[in-house]
Parts: sequence; C-alpha cells; structure tokens
Amino acid sequence: MSVLLIAEHNNKEIKPFTLNAITAASQIDQDLHVLVIGHSCEAVAKSISEIPNVKKVIHVDDAVYENYLPENFTPVVIKNSENYSHIICSANTFGKNLMPRIAALLDTSQVSDIIKVISADTFLRPIYAGNAFATVKSTDAKKCITIRPTSFDPAPTTGGTAEIVKAEKAEASDLTKFIKREEVKSDRPELGTARVVISGGRGMGSGDNFKLITAIADKLNAAIGASRAAVDAGYITNDHQVGQTGKVVVPDLYIAVGISGAIQHLAGMKESKIIVAINKDGEAPIFSVADYGLEADLFEALPQFLEELNKLNTIQK
Amino acid sequence: MKILVAVKRVIDYNVQVRVKEDGTGVVTDNVKMSTNPPDDNAIEEAVKIKESGKAKEVVAVTIGEDKAQETVRKALAVGADKGIHVKVDGIIEPLAVSKILQKIVEKEKPDLVFMGKQAIDDDCNQTGQMLAALLNWPQATFASKIEIKDKSLEVTREVDEGLETIQTNIPSIVTCDLRLNEPRYASLPNIMKAKKKPLEQINVSDLGVDTKPRIEQIKVEEPPKRKAGIKVASVEELVQKLKNEAKVI
Repeated sequence: MSVLLIAEHNNKEIKPFTLNAITAASQIDQDLHVLVIGHSCEAVAKSISEIPNVKKVIHVDDAVYENYLPENFTPVVIKNSENYSHIICSANTFGKNLMPRIAALLDTSQVSDIIKVISADTFLRPIYAGNAFATVKSTDAKKCITIRPTSFDPAPTTGGTAEIVKAEKAEASDLTKFIKREEVKSDRPELGTARVVISGGRGMGSGDNFKLITAIADKLNAAIGASRAAVDAGYITNDHQVGQTGKVVVPDLYIAVGISGAIQHLAGMKESKIIVAINKDGEAPIFSVADYGLEADLFEALPQFLEELNKLNTIQK
Repeated sequence: MKILVAVKRVIDYNVQVRVKEDGTGVVTDNVKMSTNPPDDNAIEEAVKIKESGKAKEVVAVTIGEDKAQETVRKALAVGADKGIHVKVDGIIEPLAVSKILQKIVEKEKPDLVFMGKQAIDDDCNQTGQMLAALLNWPQATFASKIEIKDKSLEVTREVDEGLETIQTNIPSIVTCDLRLNEPRYASLPNIMKAKKKPLEQINVSDLGVDTKPRIEQIKVEEPPKRKAGIKVASVEELVQKLKNEAKVI
C-alpha cells in the first residue's frame, strides 16, 4: 500500500512544514503520493513533483479550495483515499484542523503529533505537554497520522520528476465561509524553522519593551517568540506564542528572557539544542532546562547583551 | 438557542506529571485533577452568551469515571443549567468520545456545541473536529472570538500565520482557545446552588457506541533528560560561552 500526504501551501508556494512531513511519510512507506488541493496552484503541484521522495502528485484545483476550509478539503481527501494505507499531514494549525475531520469519516482513530516512526503502525508521540512519551500502535486498517514537523528534517526539494495527475473536485459545502486572514508579515525567519529564537515573557513588562528583544533578534537573525503570559497581556500577537498550545520550536539557540518556565512553555522549546535563560528570579523553573542561565535584571542584561554582540567580529547567520 | 458544552477532567495544569515505573502510564493516584483549561473557556463563553440573552440554556456534558462529575458540577456552579455525565471506565479515545457526543447531540438537539481546542493530558486535538464530521456540521476551531449573527457565527481563529475569520452556519461546533475569555470563579453560594441543579447520568452501554480502543498503548516513558546547565556570572561570560563553547553565534 502507498501513503498519501496532504500538502499545505498558499496556492503559490509549498509551506515549509510540508517538507518535514514528507520526510516522515517516506519513512512509513517509500511509495509516497502527495495530494495538492487548492486554487490556481499549478506552481505548487510542480514544485512538489520535483521533491525526490514524492512518487506521484494528485492535483485538485477549484475556486472553492482557495482558503483550505476543512469542510471542503475533507471530501476530496476521502474521495482519493481508497488505495492508501496512511493519510498524513503536519501537526500545525492546518493539519490539526483538517485531519480529525477526515479520520472520523474514515472511522479511524487518529494518531496525533508523532515525533518518531518506529514502524508502519507504531509511533512515538509526546503526551502531557511532553512530560511523557508514549509508544502507540494503531490497529486501524487505514491510519490517519499527523507529524510534529520539528522532529523530522525537511526533505530535499530538487531532483525529482514525479508525474502530476489531475483529479476531479469533490462535492462542495456551504457550511462555512472564509472571511479574512490577518497574516503578520515579517522579514524575520519563521518561528518554526529559525536557527535562533529569542522569546520574551511577562517579565518584559510591556509591548514597547519588546524592542530590546527585537534589537538582539536583528543582530542574530533570530525569530521572536513569546510565552503565553506575554501574548495574553497583549505585549505581542498570538503567532509568536511558543508552548503546548502554541508553536513547538527546536532551534540551535533558544534565548528565554523574563520567562519563568511554566510546564506549558517548556513543552514548546525544551528540545532546543542550546537554551539560555535570563531571569532575575534565580529559582525560576526555566533555569532547570537552561544550558546557560544568567540571573539578572533583563532591562540591564539585554542592552549589555547587544553591546557584547556588537563587539564580536563575526556572527553566524 | 441551546448550547452544549463538553468538559473533560484532567490532571491539573500545575502538576508536574510523573511517569509510572512500570511504563503503563502516568501517576494519577493522589494527584490534583481539574477541568481541562480551555474547557473552562468553553463554559464561560456559553454562559456569557446566555447572559446576553442570545441563548436560553447551557448544558454541560462530561464522559468518564464517577469522579468526572466534578467537572460538570463546576460548570453548573459557574452558570450551566443542566449536567450530563456519561459513565465509562478506562481509556477512551477521541473517536469514541465524538461518537458518544454525537448521541448526546441527537438527544439534546443543541444549536451550538463548544469545547476546549485540546485536552492537556493526551494532547490529541481531535474531538471537536471529529464530532463536526460525524454530524456534518461546520467547525470553527481554535476560536479566540465568537460573534453570534442571525443564523450564523463569525469566529476569529488563532492560526500559525496570525488570525483567520470565518463564518459558520448554525448549528456549529466551536473549539475554544485560552484567549477566548477569562473564566470566572464559582462563588460559594453558587457552588451550593449547583448541587441542586439536575445532573443526568447515562451509562455508555445504553448509547450503543463502540468505545473499544483502536490504539494500543505499548509503553509510556520519561522523555530524555537535558543535562544540567550552568549559571554564568555576567553577560560577557554568556556571550563568550555561546561563541566559543556552544558555537551557536
């Protein structure tokens, strides 16, 4: 049997996490087919056909698929699911929203957010905000799996020549209407894939004070993250939230500033390669996961940090 | 309008979860349990809609062992009118939960079903979407704002890119984000009053739903531990370590 992966894209480009999901999917089975559903998204189908891991691209194109509503995507996936043992997509807000709707109609018990493929039916996944890892075996004939993207390397994007097959649209639904999307545009690296992330917490005290973080992020070419407390307080928008119900990040360097380190925040960053914590409370739980802890007032430490970075001859980008 | 809210009893969010030595799960004996945090937001939103006059009744439903009733009592204490407890022992997967909720929806005929976007124990993030599929209702997941229009909802959703706004027909499923509202605390008089509110008990076997797990839990283990770090004395030392020891900048 083959595996079917649902691509996430914006009708122009493939979203980076789809590449990580492709790596995981091809660990389950080499015969990987990718379903591209969208509107005027030929370029996306073409770029996916060039990924060496991909054996076939199924392209379904219609205006009703422009805004990836799960009520419209689900019938397409169901219609094309017959010959596949696994239906796969990434466990970000796109896949989390879509996959359970598919699984329920296939009468399959979904395995969410896997971090390792042990075999075609057995997977490792974090539970309790990553405080435990469960090894689980799916007994359903057809399996629905979502992949934690940061646990798998992105697949290479060139060298493949998969065939692209056009497929018919499925029945459209009028249950839901898309109204608008407010995307936060930024020239910075994406939080989920950045090599360096610097995050601020409640200790920042105000949204304005985040400029101390921004200055360092500029210097390190870092993405900016935040704890839930900082987002709740209105210091920064929700797309920056790192944690159990926000984004999971695994950068080479994670710098936590004014973040106490609640279990829910640690769930989103504790797999980072190197963790730095800057906090004036020496007892803050964040220090228990930090490779380098600095007990200091962030309003003094951050300007000094920038000054020290300015003294360096070279900084990795 | 009638709103059904599903609530789940989980290990309290402040508890440091420990894995059992035999690898069969996590320690739950003598551990503080509470309502799944975003389920509190779901109840709060339903009660606020009722207080605004746009809904007549709020029904809270939970599925689980006897003690799961505590979560329904709490919902009643903050303003739900009626409770339902579907009694079932052992592990129950989101697919089975959504099939049970489907039966409750057929019986109660709500116009809206609210629940938290994710339970903080199994972190599955599935039930609301599955229930929407089984009922063929629209789904508004990860909601941080809900506006009731004439025959529809306008919902702002928190997505990776920022915010998305959709309109869903009523009846609809909404899964709630923690930022939807600020859940109230139950006052002592309301906790007392809640004890007199109706709480219906249903045995899962009477619903004719297959709840047998489809996923075998082979083992549960501790995640790899990070090796202990060090405290640095100054910013200068920190930058030197990052440059020369960790080699990350």
